[in-house]
Amino acid sequence: MVVDDPPPRPRVTVVLADAAARRGAADRGSSDLTEQTPIGEALVKGLVRAQFALALRLALVVAAGLGTLPLLFAVAPAVGEVKVFGVHLPWVLLGVLSFPFLVLVGAAYVRWAERNEQDFAALIRRPEP
Amino acid sequence: MNPYLAPGLVLVLLLTVAIGAYGLRFARTTSDFLVASRSVSPSWNAAAISGEYLSAASFLGVAGLILRYGVDVLWYPVGFAAGYLALLLFVAAPLRRSGAFTLPDFCEVRLRSTALRRLATAFVLFIGCLYMLPQLQGAGLTFATLTGGSYAWGALVVAVVVTANVAFGGMRAITFVQAFQYWLKLTALAVPIIFLVLQWQADGRPAVTPPPGAVFPAATTVTIQQDAVLDGTQRVEKGQELHFDQGAPVPTVSTVDAESGDAWLLPGGTGLFSTYSLILATFLGTMGLPHVLVRFYTNPDGASARRTTLVVLAMVGLFYLLPTVYGVLGRIYTPQLLMTGNTDAVVLLLPEAVLGDGHLGRLLGALVTAGALAAFLSTSSGLLTSVAGVIFTDVLRPGRNGSIRDFRIATLLAASVPTGLALFVSDMDVSRVVGLAFAVAASSFCPLLVLGIWWRRLTDVGAIAGLIAGGGAAMAAVLLTVLGPPLTGWPAEIIGQPAAWTVPLAFLVMAGVSLATGRRVPPDVGATMLRLHAPEALRS
Repeated sequence: MVVDDPPPRPRVTVVLADAAARRGAADRGSSDLTEQTPIGEALVKGLVRAQFALALRLALVVAAGLGTLPLLFAVAPAVGEVKVFGVHLPWVLLGVLSFPFLVLVGAAYVRWAERNEQDFAALIRRPEP
Repeated sequence: MNPYLAPGLVLVLLLTVAIGAYGLRFARTTSDFLVASRSVSPSWNAAAISGEYLSAASFLGVAGLILRYGVDVLWYPVGFAAGYLALLLFVAAPLRRSGAFTLPDFCEVRLRSTALRRLATAFVLFIGCLYMLPQLQGAGLTFATLTGGSYAWGALVVAVVVTANVAFGGMRAITFVQAFQYWLKLTALAVPIIFLVLQWQADGRPAVTPPPGAVFPAATTVTIQQDAVLDGTQRVEKGQELHFDQGAPVPTVSTVDAESGDAWLLPGGTGLFSTYSLILATFLGTMGLPHVLVRFYTNPDGASARRTTLVVLAMVGLFYLLPTVYGVLGRIYTPQLLMTGNTDAVVLLLPEAVLGDGHLGRLLGALVTAGALAAFLSTSSGLLTSVAGVIFTDVLRPGRNGSIRDFRIATLLAASVPTGLALFVSDMDVSRVVGLAFAVAASSFCPLLVLGIWWRRLTDVGAIAGLIAGGGAAMAAVLLTVLGPPLTGWPAEIIGQPAAWTVPLAFLVMAGVSLATGRRVPPDVGATMLRLHAPEALRS
């Protein structure tokens, strides 16, 4: 079997900014949603609001879990003196436990954000009644 | 000098070049050259992002700060990792979907303003140079510590190597190289820790903070670096050598700022304002670093950008468990660093200090040095590539096609400023300077990205005003800290850690001015929002 080589494509210089701008125009034309009907607009607003509310809620979890620690140590210095396995509590909380905590919050976000997107996609693809 | 050192460093360089050459076979087209291949799996991509992110500040600086200041500076590693969570929650997927390579690109896509694009370019250059500075400082310090040579030569050598590498090779096949650097850095810190902790057990677990204060674990000679006063009474002069016997208490030196005893062990040594300022800067600053954003384009879509960020968060978090151990053990085995102020060298010196200068100690010493070399090379190459790229597209040839020669000129320009600065500011903690870069990024690009992605009513005028107010204030504070006279009292706190007031200022000005100029909202904002947030599956 003989396979022809595809003809060589002409060489082009890629300028980052131009490429980004060109892609923008192409994408906008390619989607039905960009027709900007009031319904389409409302759907997108709903998705943006749902994703932002999710991000904000998880940011508040981190603010409550980690952000209050300096205040806690300042208000109740006795907390800093507590020892866990011979190590002072602030060292354990900040040096060890904070990292898995951050990863857990991140994993929860990825899961829920993908679910929001699936819900949105299902809403768009639903056949017209 | 350690006989394993030179072979170890040469091996790292050879492996880097070899992996780069291997990866080069996959990078043929122009777009491969710029953003690696788009088909990189999330775990490879995440290792590459982590490899680029873990800089000299993470590898050397964090342990040095902990040795010096104790529990209060644990917020640095926590914040460096948490920055990726903020990036994940608010920026990762929409930014990838925007199709922007760089922050100036994002300004163009979202607000269609050339003036804003130029301003963003200026901030990218400032933050990039500021972030390069501590990398070169770290290189100079490592060189001086290990060879006894001068600090300036070390900084200069690394600057020249990195500039030549970026200018002549580009950063082709960067994904493989950076991923290798991550695993090298992790190994270089993790393996010695096993032996260090075992030796600490064998030594009968000496206390980290013995009641009378730190003592010398062995007879030590300390060379004083500056005229100073010991323990508040004894005057010493620069160049004077002091000899201490085993078990002798470590005196405090008036010119070296460090905590001891309970102030080191328990929180509260730093003011609440500084602590919260540091938290804001590191949590929100990561998303504004130029070399971090450019790598997100290598993800195929928004969902994989999210998954990649999550893996990065886990990888970076795993790494940051390690420097704390070095800082704490350094308290026991290398207390002389508290007298010289050369605390950033603790990671490099600890293996030989704990395990003696036998084969094991020297081998592990060479390993951590190789890791440090990987840290300078990967971060400064990534930074230089992204800064030179911005100079190339936005400064030298705005709107026109440039040649490779222009890119080389851009690289030289981008490297010269931080190299010059590194020669002058040698005495600042590496992690402190990095903290300042984060503060500027958090006060400028964080509000721009968060409001730009989530708020339809942002206008170009509002964004410009916010950048100038918040970012400008942070920039001024940084310049005062780095170049100005030393400050004391509350001005030192609000200038030295400005994020707690500059970040809210930037958000308020950006939102307020946008509301006042509501008629300038781009007419296609609905389409842009759709593009940023809708899953790719709906696009075709």
